[in-house]
Amino acid sequence: MAKMTLEQLRALRDSKKQELDKREVEGKDIQIIVGMGTCGIAAGAKQTFDGIVAALEKHNLAGRTVVRQTGCMGLCYVEPTVEVIAPDMPNVIYGKITGDLAEELVVKHLVEHTLLENHIYDKPAVDIVKK
Amino acid sequence: MHASAVDFVLDLVQNSVEAGASLIDVEIDESTEGVTLQVSDNGCGMDAAQLARALDPFRSGGAKHPSRKVGLGLPFLKQAAELAGGEFRIESVPGRGTMVRAMFPASSVDSPPLGDVTTLFVTLLGMVGECELVLHRKRASDGLSYTVRKSELAEAAGDLATASGLSLVRQFLASQEEG
Repeated sequence: MAKMTLEQLRALRDSKKQELDKREVEGKDIQIIVGMGTCGIAAGAKQTFDGIVAALEKHNLAGRTVVRQTGCMGLCYVEPTVEVIAPDMPNVIYGKITGDLAEELVVKHLVEHTLLENHIYDKPAVDIVKK
Repeated sequence: MHASAVDFVLDLVQNSVEAGASLIDVEIDESTEGVTLQVSDNGCGMDAAQLARALDPFRSGGAKHPSRKVGLGLPFLKQAAELAGGEFRIESVPGRGTMVRAMFPASSVDSPPLGDVTTLFVTLLGMVGECELVLHRKRASDGLSYTVRKSELAEAAGDLATASGLSLVRQFLASQEEG
């Protein structure tokens, strides 16, 4: 692949815009939050973040999803952690989501509307939650 | 401890964001001598006493987690760079900003692998906040050199908080990295 210019990037965006517009009327109703504290980074959260972005694009969910980063959720022992907030699904914090599991998470939770078993950690540690 | 050199950069940029910086400059330079990482910002800066505390692993800025007893970003980087026989420098002026630089010599077996620069840049660009990010990349082996700005990428690819914007930027950055 030759070095892309900003003009080419803009053109690529425009070429995808039509299919995006179709989805954007529904609004951005899915939020994915990746824990990016020192613990998360050490466990590979960067690869997880990247994997999630790629998987969302692959499964046509990129247009309706906001991907955010946050600090440590207090679950350092099960990093990388990912919180998923989606309509008609419970809010779930998943743990041990390494880069290779990113696509499975997207498929299970957002395409098949089921939970990714053995990775559910429910909510942040007590010292993170505001009393 | 982080597995690759670029992982340290993420911690540094988060520090800059928390310091209220409106401009953050990141440099990843692979020369024949080794890998140099540099992050400078125009955030609130630190005085000498604050600087000493920032390098103490058992201190944290504390704004996010008041009861937390550790802050490992800078101490990890300092330890890793010195362990590898490289350099670690931090300079800060209250009200002006902070500059952190680390060098990992290519000749040392204790230097971590560089890691995936594209993934790092995508993650940095996806960070919350309005501040401008300027990312510089250099690789001596094939003369690769490019600079990208968050504002330019956001203008061309769309909202970088969305997966669609980030995915476009990812393709763009991967093409830069291949040279």
